Amino acid sequence: MQNWINAYSWLNIRFLLLGLGVTIFISVVAVVLSFILGSILGIIRYSKIKYVSAILGFFVDLIRNLPLLLIIFFTYFGLPNFGFKPDTILAAIIAMTVFESAMVAEIVRSGINAVDIGQMEGARSVGMSFLQALWHIILPQAYKKMIPAMISQFVSLIKDTSLATIIVVPEMMQHAQVIYGQNANYILPMFVALAVLYFIVCFTLSLIGNHIDKRLA
Amino acid sequence: MINIITHYSHQLLSGFGWTLLSSVLALFFSLIIGSLFAIMEILPNKTARFVGRAYVELFRNIPLLVITMFFYLIIPLYLVKINGFTAGTIGLTLYTSAFIAETIRSGIQSVDTGQMEGARSVGMTYWQAMRYIILPQAFKIVIPPLGNQFVNLVKNSSVLAFVAGFDLMYQANSIASTTFDTINSYLVIGVLYLIITMPLSYYMRYLEKKIA
Repeated sequence: MQNWINAYSWLNIRFLLLGLGVTIFISVVAVVLSFILGSILGIIRYSKIKYVSAILGFFVDLIRNLPLLLIIFFTYFGLPNFGFKPDTILAAIIAMTVFESAMVAEIVRSGINAVDIGQMEGARSVGMSFLQALWHIILPQAYKKMIPAMISQFVSLIKDTSLATIIVVPEMMQHAQVIYGQNANYILPMFVALAVLYFIVCFTLSLIGNHIDKRLA
Repeated sequence: MINIITHYSHQLLSGFGWTLLSSVLALFFSLIIGSLFAIMEILPNKTARFVGRAYVELFRNIPLLVITMFFYLIIPLYLVKINGFTAGTIGLTLYTSAFIAETIRSGIQSVDTGQMEGARSVGMTYWQAMRYIILPQAFKIVIPPLGNQFVNLVKNSSVLAFVAGFDLMYQANSIASTTFDTINSYLVIGVLYLIITMPLSYYMRYLEKKIA
């Protein structure tokens, strides 16, 4: 019992929360960047531009089918060979953004495909250009359909930031390791705390997602 | 790159084998556990529904790494000694089973309610209707998303590297740290992962189109 009280001293909890801050910071930056990048990639893939769409689509598929951990390693240990040495947090953000952009691209593509084809035909037949139809008619409907998938992707991104602990990014998982590294009795309390904190963040987010989805549907 | 393949072919193959073994084992067990919890979630019984829901939400909202490290560090501390591979596979199983439960549940629920009503009205019991009318239809809908879960499972099995599970990712790190040729080591490992995941995810996309 004493172990648990000591493990949850304010000093330790504050250290964990500090890590949670980094976790959320990395997630939010990666989400914003990958939302923009992924949307562009997804739209290009949908637009079926000769060669460009096919090649980009292939790369998107490549990245989607690789483990994120491999991409993190590659970014952190591989990029310096090309003369660019990111620090740990930047490397994590780059790796997450690359991986998530590919995921988002796929969500965007299938979201657009889920919009009835008659919408595009109708818009074109009243004289809109392809881009006008896409922007004013297709995308607003498509993004509405994508909300659940996007939210669950965001949740898995938050969970995935824990993988960045392997390159010693000072996020929550890594901070927990620092704490239980000092005292083996803290291992169980730390894992309980980790589970609770991750659960609160991710579960709240999925509840919010469900709520938005219901209100828009 | 050729050097790495020829010099470390033994290590690469063994990593490939362990990754596949862990993924297949985790898939097998998480299909069983996932189906059980999916069925619990749609039972008329309120308690069963709550337990099913709680299980799924719990394991879906905690990182796989936390679950895996929990088994790797804590079970040996208080119960039995288990190795990294076992701990990793247990973690993978629990994590994936939550996603599989969710997939199967939504598959079952996407079958039109009229099917159940119709089956019940011709005199079938709840379980008969489930077994002969609902599940066969749900099964077809659920195959592509389940395949995608397997792709995710193979990718996620890279957490075994954290717990010395001898998988591909673990071998990648060991090769990278002996040869100092990080780029090529990770490229080779990437290709090995793609050999498993790429055909599978293309096949699932094909099935998805075929069903739709």
